[in-house]
Amino acid sequence: MAKFEKANSVGEWLDQRLNLTTFNKVMMTEYWIPKDINFLWAMGVLLATTFGILIISGIFLMMYYKPDIGLAFDSVNYTIMQEVAFGWLFRHMHGVAASVVFLIIYIHMFTGIYYGSYKQGREMIWISGMLLFMTFSAAGFSGYMLPWGQMSYWAAMVITNLFGGVPVIGDALVVWIRGDFNVADATLTRFFMLHVFLLPVVIMGIIGLHFYTLRVPHVNNQNSEEFDYDEEAEKYLAGNKRESKVIPFWPVFISKDLAVLGVFLIFYFYLVFFHYNFAMDPVNFDPADNMVTPAHIYPEWYFLWSYEVLRGFFFDIAGVKAFDVGLIAFGFANAIFLVLPWLDRDPVILPAHKRPMFFIWFWVLMADLIVLTVYGKLPPTGTNAWVGFFAAVAFILLFLILPIVTKIDAKKRGAL
Amino acid sequence: MRELKILAVVVALTLITYWGVEPFAHSQMHPHVAAADFEFEDVKKDISDITSLTGNAAAGEVLVTSNCTACHAIKVKGFPEVMDHASAAAAYGVTPPDLSTAGKLYNAAYLAAFIKNPAKASIVEHKFVDGRAHPMPAYNWMQPQEIADMVAYLQSIAPEEMTNKEVFTNACQRCHSIKYADMKNGTMAAYTPDENIKAYMGKIPPDLSQMIRSRGHEYLETFINDPQKHLEGTAMPRVGLTEASQEQVVTYLEEIGDSKKAQREELGPKFLIYLVIFAIFAFLWKGSKWRDVH
Repeated sequence: MAKFEKANSVGEWLDQRLNLTTFNKVMMTEYWIPKDINFLWAMGVLLATTFGILIISGIFLMMYYKPDIGLAFDSVNYTIMQEVAFGWLFRHMHGVAASVVFLIIYIHMFTGIYYGSYKQGREMIWISGMLLFMTFSAAGFSGYMLPWGQMSYWAAMVITNLFGGVPVIGDALVVWIRGDFNVADATLTRFFMLHVFLLPVVIMGIIGLHFYTLRVPHVNNQNSEEFDYDEEAEKYLAGNKRESKVIPFWPVFISKDLAVLGVFLIFYFYLVFFHYNFAMDPVNFDPADNMVTPAHIYPEWYFLWSYEVLRGFFFDIAGVKAFDVGLIAFGFANAIFLVLPWLDRDPVILPAHKRPMFFIWFWVLMADLIVLTVYGKLPPTGTNAWVGFFAAVAFILLFLILPIVTKIDAKKRGAL
Repeated sequence: MRELKILAVVVALTLITYWGVEPFAHSQMHPHVAAADFEFEDVKKDISDITSLTGNAAAGEVLVTSNCTACHAIKVKGFPEVMDHASAAAAYGVTPPDLSTAGKLYNAAYLAAFIKNPAKASIVEHKFVDGRAHPMPAYNWMQPQEIADMVAYLQSIAPEEMTNKEVFTNACQRCHSIKYADMKNGTMAAYTPDENIKAYMGKIPPDLSQMIRSRGHEYLETFINDPQKHLEGTAMPRVGLTEASQEQVVTYLEEIGDSKKAQREELGPKFLIYLVIFAIFAFLWKGSKWRDVH
């Protein structure tokens, strides 16, 4: 065992045992971030904060929520919304944060794509981030079920049904997921467990992993400039702060994050108090009724693009049923982002505006995703169905041609 | 400058997406309907022989007493309910309303048209086919003057003021429950028992506790005025509420279904002011930290 001297202060006592000074340096004051960044680099801290809001508001909601189909709706809409002091505030904060967190996730994700921050050593950052996107999606979906309103019930019905498309074991899988032949009490209780225990624990673990993946390859910068972090850090510590290309996480980087966070929180709380219907669908204030199908069933906005890829294939193709084609496309849409680092065949990291073909590809993808999102909500009839079909096909084609697009850029630059 | 350009792009894409999935999508899913018509223009031609007449309340009293009290209570005039709610529902399909407040709640032209032909005025003729008849018979055999007299009488006995809750219980509660108004004692259940109202309407009419959140003001205002506008073929009758009474009903739905609205609207600006101050300090701190590195 190490030899311990008598400590002169509580700080020193702790430092002897936990080595806090070093820990603080490694994690905060000497954790180096590039200086050449813009506000898009603050999305990580925004996401961590929003996740914190979700956890805290969720804990308060859980104190009164009852995961039982006979009690759930009233426990949310009466007990929490009307009886518990500020229960409505926690519910609005939770519901709106669950929606806004996806807006920030998408901004974070497409920032990564635009600046090429997913490849050449940063693959694990990208993959752990995509795993977070998937687990957040599962958390969003399971949480949406808990108020046991009409949309809760019918969204659960539609989405659990999708698993019926898995070959051979499909039907059994649906029953296994639901815990019943129908979406019922057993389904609600297990989704409650997933939402308040398993998924949050997994998410916290992956957040830890996501932070750790940044350690070795470091955070990318606006111009994808490569430099020696140790050299730049030395410059900074020697007092050449202006020449150094890095800044410490604490306090320089975080001071910018907090400024961005301030603006974000104004936007977020404006939505919480005055503009929440987009996140708390009015249809879900009708209690679940398995005898009445709502006129329009649609998922929350952040699932619409992949839902439209699923729904876009509305006719049988070459003897394969429309449902199965859609399901394959849906699986493709949800998995393809994971392998993005390997679809990009350009060996150099550059922001999109320095990669002419990729730049076009990026903005076409953005436009296509917006079209898919909007048409994912509209009734799939007439022209809408065809717009959805072509947008879904375009989405798949975009990823199939990505290796070619990125190679052309690399060749023109003379890199290949 | 570059940051502002990036911000403009992010904000523009967010707003386009928002516009597409909210205002635009909802306009496609829920086509716009005509504004509420509190004049009930459509019934006016059915009662063109009545509108020009001046009703005589004294004559109306005799007519109402002899024609209506066999089924309807008029408690302000000492006519109690003929039987309890359950028995009345079993007899008629739905509990008949007390007429004490009808003269205040309902538009006079509508009331005249309703007495003359209930199913037509309430736009539920599609329900009463194949030998089924509206529980209240049509009084179209009466003289126009007699109908005018009865309306005048009902107006003369109606109260000047009613609370929002009274308007609700008189106009809606025979069919609809609103359980959040009294979760402990359950006094806000529908007067007509479930099995009767289900047989009468085809399904149990929804509990109205959360209608203000699930439907919102705009929908409720056009829907209550004429349910067929949003739900063609619905069994719910148009009840003929005056603009003032309907406003009281909607306000009551809000008092029960969104009881924290005032607190929410009061607290919101305080949060935002606090956050603006936080943001100002955050920017000042950022400025002080970045001055050394740029």
